[in-house]
Amino acid sequence: MSNHEHNHGEHECTCFPGFKHDTLIPMVGVITDIREETPDVKTFRVNAPEGGKLFEHMPGQCAMLCVPGVSEGMFSITSSPTNKEYQEFSIKRCGMLTEMLHSLEVGSEITVRGPYGNNFPVDTVLKGKDLVFIAGGIGLAPLRSVINYVIDNRADYGKVDIIYGSRSADDLVQLKEIREVWMNTPGINVHLTIDREQEGWEGHVGFVPTFVKELGEAGQVEFGINTISLICGPPIMIKFVLGALSDMGVSKTQIYTTLELRMKCGVGKCGRCNIGSKYVCKDGPVFRFDEIDELPPEY
Amino acid sequence: MYKIAKENLASLFALIHETNELYLPVQVAGQTNFAAWSEDACVDLDTLKTVKSPKDVFFPQSETLYTCNKEDNKLRITPEALVDAPFVVFGMKACDIKGIEVLDRVFLSDPVDSFYAARREHGIIVALACHEPEESCFCKVFGVDCTEPAADVATWMIEGELYWKALTEKGEKLTEAVKSLLTETCEAKVEAEKSAVKEIVEKLPYSNLSLEGWNGDVLTEKFNDELWNELYKPCLACGTCTFVCPTCQCYDIKDYNTGNGVQRYRCWDSCMYSDFTMMAHGNNRNSQMQRFRQRFMHKLVYFPANNDGMYSCVGCGRCVDKCPASLNIVKVIKAFSEKGDK
Ligand SMILES: Cc1cc2nc3c(=O)[nH]c(=O)nc-3n(C[C@H](O)[C@H](O)[C@H](O)COP(=O)(O)OP(=O)(O)OC[C@H]3O[C@@H](n4cnc5c(N)ncnc54)[C@H](O)[C@@H]3O)c2cc1C
Ligand code: SF4
Ligand code: SF4
Ligand code: FES
Repeated sequence: MSNHEHNHGEHECTCFPGFKHDTLIPMVGVITDIREETPDVKTFRVNAPEGGKLFEHMPGQCAMLCVPGVSEGMFSITSSPTNKEYQEFSIKRCGMLTEMLHSLEVGSEITVRGPYGNNFPVDTVLKGKDLVFIAGGIGLAPLRSVINYVIDNRADYGKVDIIYGSRSADDLVQLKEIREVWMNTPGINVHLTIDREQEGWEGHVGFVPTFVKELGEAGQVEFGINTISLICGPPIMIKFVLGALSDMGVSKTQIYTTLELRMKCGVGKCGRCNIGSKYVCKDGPVFRFDEIDELPPEY
Repeated sequence: MYKIAKENLASLFALIHETNELYLPVQVAGQTNFAAWSEDACVDLDTLKTVKSPKDVFFPQSETLYTCNKEDNKLRITPEALVDAPFVVFGMKACDIKGIEVLDRVFLSDPVDSFYAARREHGIIVALACHEPEESCFCKVFGVDCTEPAADVATWMIEGELYWKALTEKGEKLTEAVKSLLTETCEAKVEAEKSAVKEIVEKLPYSNLSLEGWNGDVLTEKFNDELWNELYKPCLACGTCTFVCPTCQCYDIKDYNTGNGVQRYRCWDSCMYSDFTMMAHGNNRNSQMQRFRQRFMHKLVYFPANNDGMYSCVGCGRCVDKCPASLNIVKVIKAFSEKGDK
């Protein structure tokens, strides 16, 4: 695995002979494509100015994107490492920085540093398992990296179920890829839901946690001893999904999620994302649920 | 062992300054802090504790990381040059040196902070042993011996003379460079001074504070204790305790638009501030009780859990002296141990 061995202290920067490239010094990235996913989410494709990817990463890892002079923010790398050409970020407009990012056009330059954090254990724990992905809204971003990694290494994993919901049909991100790729991959079942009835929507209607329970109880999605669930979404959704899974007898050791705290450095030094003896930027953002239980409830 | 008369220190500083930048306690407007030496600086070696700890020699209160320029819509990043010349810090106390050991754990752990590492590599520490420890000092509790500072050179001020002993290779080199001003001497006086000061330390009011019950394994128990709900109340959330502390290392990263490019800098921040953990969707520590608890839990439980039991407090007593609400780590430790006694 490349992530933790990635030693930022060692690559030389070309600007200053002898300068050791610090992890806080970003690289320049070029936006090479922008997809409007929903009224407030855009997916940005990022490349190195000379082409290719800025760095390698593992599914679940994040990077700091910055519009110089505005601010910097942590975002999940939503593309899979198996994508050799570029990296993608799905970004929800919700404040100064994200507003600014949304105003950029193809060809604009931003700065990027990373990758930061740990990753979903795709090469260890998840291997050979049946996987259930449960996402709400923009929470699909980190899971999409894992899903595409699993699709590109299909033989290494068992059955895959993807349960994904949003407020409305217009708020589902990556709908094109979901319909064209995920739904057409053998052994992958996609279950979509939206919160309220909507004209033209023929799929399921209802909140994600209830849907998870319905699917489980009807046997449409199996939560067996060989199943690992990966959940990402708003805290309230995570809370109720967790309740539903526990009602169905799923152990916390079979569930992974990501935590989201305020971050600045990304390397466990600025203190901002510290809870208990963990730094979410470095020891996370991916945690197994029983590990979260050991943290003070400050997330 | 060498010595030099106090009145010759000005020449010593001038000689060191010929080949090194020199930082030492300087009095400005009645307050003593570490600052760069110059011929007319008001050097103050008598004040035991500088207001701020000398940590900013290695971890400056504010420092530029890089500059970003935009030309023809292309961004160019110019990293700030790293410190690459030797410098000397003169007069650091044993507790503050232990503070640097704590910061090392943070900044030199993977991935290494190269800005800090460059300063550590080029810095030469000349420590001054404490002569008159004060009532707010409790370094002994954290295993610090204020009479025997672990630096490149250790010095003792005894009866108008500074005794000088190199302890590392860097220290030997510096000693060699200033030897013309030093005279050789024996250690007898220093030994006597050490025992005398140790006796004072024994009698200090907080020297026997007990850290029993504070370690990396008591997270849930201490975190959930009712005491925090009372203890934090006087806290004004001013952040003074974090700024004067030699081990507090939280920082912020910000942009400054120079009009000719954007300078990205980092500066000290404080976990005592309400916006420290503020996010678009809320704040995960939204009461001052939680923030107060964070500071002390970090020093006495979380940090030791990650660093082989090492506490992130060195007993310098600055928070004891400076908190406007008379809150401090001693009060916290005492409150918990008194509760245990009941
Ligand atoms: C590990 C991790 C992964 C993330 N992945 C994604 C993603 O894939 N897509 C996405 O849209 N968003 C993601 N976020 C959230 C994203 O970082 C924030 O929404 C964004 O920084 C908000 O910036 P703003 O300036 O637009 O908002 P403002 O409210 O104007 O932000 C004010 C300040 O708060 C900071 N801030 C606000 N919210 C957060 C937050 N949740 N986390 C950290 N800092 C915050 C900003 O950096 C800024 O300095 C992630 C956050 C974390 C910690
Ligand atoms: S403990 Fe004291 S010094 Fe620290 S923030 Fe509170 S009032 Fe300020
Ligand atoms: S917590 Fe107080 S006594 Fe301990 S090192 Fe910091 S300022 Fe000094
Ligand atoms: S973001 Fe700085 S410690 Fe995690």
